[in-house]
Amino acid sequence: MSVVKTSKRTNRISGLSLSSLLIVLILALPIAVIIGFVFKGSVDVFSHLYDTVLIDYVTNSLLLMFGVGAGVLLLGIPTAWLTSVCDFPGRKIFAWALLLPLAVPAYIIAYTYTGLLDYAGPVQVAIREITGLGYGEYWFFEIRSLPGAVVMLALVLYPYVYLLSRAAFLEQSASTLEVSRTLGYNQWQGLFKLALPLARPAIIAGLTLALMETLADYGTVQYFGVSTFTTGIFRTFYGFGDSAAAAQLAAFLLGFVALLVLVEKYSRRKARYHSSAEYKAKAKLIPLAGWKAAMAYFICLIPVLFGFLIPAIQLAYWSFTQADLSDGAFAQLAWNSFYLAFLAALIAVGFALILAYAKRLNPRKIVSFSVATAGMGYALPGTIIAVGVIIPFAWLDHQLIALASNWFGVDLGLILSGTLVALLFAYTVRFLAVSLGAVQSGLDKIKPSLDGAARTLGSTPLQVLRQIHVPLMKSSVLTALLIVFVDVLKELPATLILRPFNFNTLAVRAFELASDERLVDAAPASLLIVVVGLLPVILLSRSIAKGRTGS
Amino acid sequence: MNRTALGKLFVAVGAAAVVSVSALLPTSVFAEESGLVNVYSARKEALIKPLFDRFTQDTGITVNLVTGKADALLKRLEVEGSASPADLFVTVDAGRLHRAKEAGVLQVAKSAVLEELIPANLKDRDGYWYGMTQRARTIFYVKGKVDPAELTTYEDLADPKWKKRICVRSSSNIYNQSLVASMIDANGVEATEVWAKGLVANFAKPPAGGDTDQLKAAAAGVCDIAIANTYYFGRLLKSTDEESQAVASKLTAFWPNQTDRGVHMNVSGVGVTKHARNLGNAVKLMEFMASDESQAWYGEENNEYPVVSGAKVSDVLDGLGQFKADDIDLSKLGENNRAAVELMDRAGWK
Repeated sequence: MSVVKTSKRTNRISGLSLSSLLIVLILALPIAVIIGFVFKGSVDVFSHLYDTVLIDYVTNSLLLMFGVGAGVLLLGIPTAWLTSVCDFPGRKIFAWALLLPLAVPAYIIAYTYTGLLDYAGPVQVAIREITGLGYGEYWFFEIRSLPGAVVMLALVLYPYVYLLSRAAFLEQSASTLEVSRTLGYNQWQGLFKLALPLARPAIIAGLTLALMETLADYGTVQYFGVSTFTTGIFRTFYGFGDSAAAAQLAAFLLGFVALLVLVEKYSRRKARYHSSAEYKAKAKLIPLAGWKAAMAYFICLIPVLFGFLIPAIQLAYWSFTQADLSDGAFAQLAWNSFYLAFLAALIAVGFALILAYAKRLNPRKIVSFSVATAGMGYALPGTIIAVGVIIPFAWLDHQLIALASNWFGVDLGLILSGTLVALLFAYTVRFLAVSLGAVQSGLDKIKPSLDGAARTLGSTPLQVLRQIHVPLMKSSVLTALLIVFVDVLKELPATLILRPFNFNTLAVRAFELASDERLVDAAPASLLIVVVGLLPVILLSRSIAKGRTGS
Repeated sequence: MNRTALGKLFVAVGAAAVVSVSALLPTSVFAEESGLVNVYSARKEALIKPLFDRFTQDTGITVNLVTGKADALLKRLEVEGSASPADLFVTVDAGRLHRAKEAGVLQVAKSAVLEELIPANLKDRDGYWYGMTQRARTIFYVKGKVDPAELTTYEDLADPKWKKRICVRSSSNIYNQSLVASMIDANGVEATEVWAKGLVANFAKPPAGGDTDQLKAAAAGVCDIAIANTYYFGRLLKSTDEESQAVASKLTAFWPNQTDRGVHMNVSGVGVTKHARNLGNAVKLMEFMASDESQAWYGEENNEYPVVSGAKVSDVLDGLGQFKADDIDLSKLGENNRAAVELMDRAGWK
């Protein structure tokens, strides 16, 4: 690291650090607003919650986290390993098809499976008709339950783990495998003793994203009647009409997440994970045949089948047979969703790059701390972020309005809080962690000594960036863009609160109909979310693959 | 696709996106002189926009609409304060209207028309808001499994004879909160808490899903009784989908508490915001919503009862029969809401 910190570059470094600190300060504003509520007393709400439901909330949230955590690891890591290291029929298709569930919002997969599997759905109706049994006389998996919520969330969140750990497996160059052989490890030992530990930062990054999203989830658990900490926040907000107490609960949620992140950081303290990316010989795939190939095929098929194919087919079926399509304007809705997601992805990834580089070039505590803080928004439900955004924005608007009317005598109106500016800002706050995770795990794997060597050879920092980092970082940046894009596409609560007049997205339309208990009519918009999300998933996963093979 | 093509696509899409954003920036929502009215609505777009379109056709006044969850929109109104563009706040329950009044974001709008048309119990006593449609929250039973003579009141649903026979949604739902709020008004907190505990003990399954899900559960044999709003049942009745019709055909509405206070009712309603800039148009829109034509439209479109007496009740609702409605002052639903939620927490109503 010492090479990087040459005195010659002090100015550049501090410029970058300064802008990163500024970004962090601005992005942390909504979070600070939420935390600020802690100092507003509403003791009676807390003593009531403590006496009645708090234990239930906390227990359910923890169980949900453990369940989803185990689920995404089980679904994500084996598939990532198989598609990047082994060769079996269908591997190339699975490599991108395994990303598809990412395009399915959790609340929508919950709706579709409920439609299929609950007591009034076709599956149970068929069971009753065939067997002649009544409800309760046979056992059937209760989809609307905590285990049901775990399955739903794991099915759509595992792609985070898959995507990031696959990138890590692929970037573990051939030499890793050679080392493994030199050490006398067989394939499995190589996996557990080298590949997995080396991929750990990527796996943890993916897991963290999945868990933060789980904690922030409201739509799924609420629909399933599972009381979690987050449903508690909204019960306090909507039931008691007490937004201050709700914000306080959200602040506790943040504290818990911060603790988790710290524990993880501490657990890997001094470990460094840089692979020798400069030696990029292509690793030979391990060919699988016979029952091994069949196993691999099924392991990869299961998440795609349950996380994407079944819900998508159900949605398509509803859309084309029963749904009311009269309330059209789908092209407008799709375009609104698309460009918002596109811009938000560019902004969030741009900020993530600045922050990640600032941290790399200036690994001081204050910088890492502020970068970690900026990513916290992901664990907060969108509604809470929106409240945190609208309070400072409206305040700023009022200052601007006062200024404009004093100086120019014009009525400016709200120029920040009722516009897409607020919305894009909220998305950035909420999804920065996603882009940061992907960008950082890419950057972590580029050895600092590589920068040093290039600098010693007379390259300017900009040349280092262009000639070394851009090619090596390309797939990480594309990955980051992809995840933020799809996440924004699915985002609902912040959009709902902050959007301007007469402006709807696909997610808003789907939600409005679904929450009016018209699931079937919500299908076309839901299906379009999936379709719009597919486009970049396929485009970018191909581009990532190309970037890697260098073809 | 090669790199330059992908790059060009990126730039093109980016440019189009920026144009789209900037097109929305200079909002025309402030022009006071022009024919505008801006609405924040907790009522879903599909259930209000057609009415607004009709209003625009009739009057030439443009209606701008944002929909969302009531409490979130209320928060937006609060922080926007005097700069808020909103002129009207629409909700689908009296509790939230009361909350808006308490939060100080509404004003008293004078309308002789509304004062005359809307009965006293369906509007705010100080004139801050008016109910626009009504719905009953009643008991639906499975034909053949329940003898209607067994049914009497909401209170009776706590009786052990209903053990494992009742379906009702979560207590996070405002309609349940309002129902319990009305019972607190009738019977007091303590008695209602005892009742809620008894009711919870009679649940056939843990609460999940919406009212329609409870009706479907009853029809599927999960329980014998479901508590739901009338318009959900009306929608099933009117559905062209066989499965929905089958559900509706197995169930019948029962009107409880006919010998005392009557069936629990709630309203969707509307109030003028404190800082409304298009006051005149806002009042015009409210009066339009209370017109016979609009009242009948709500009946047809969403199976809701009119608030204006004499307005047409839809055939579907008419078919459910006449009943005595609870004429509680709806403001009390808002006042008792917090106590209701706390009580349900204590009773273990998930």
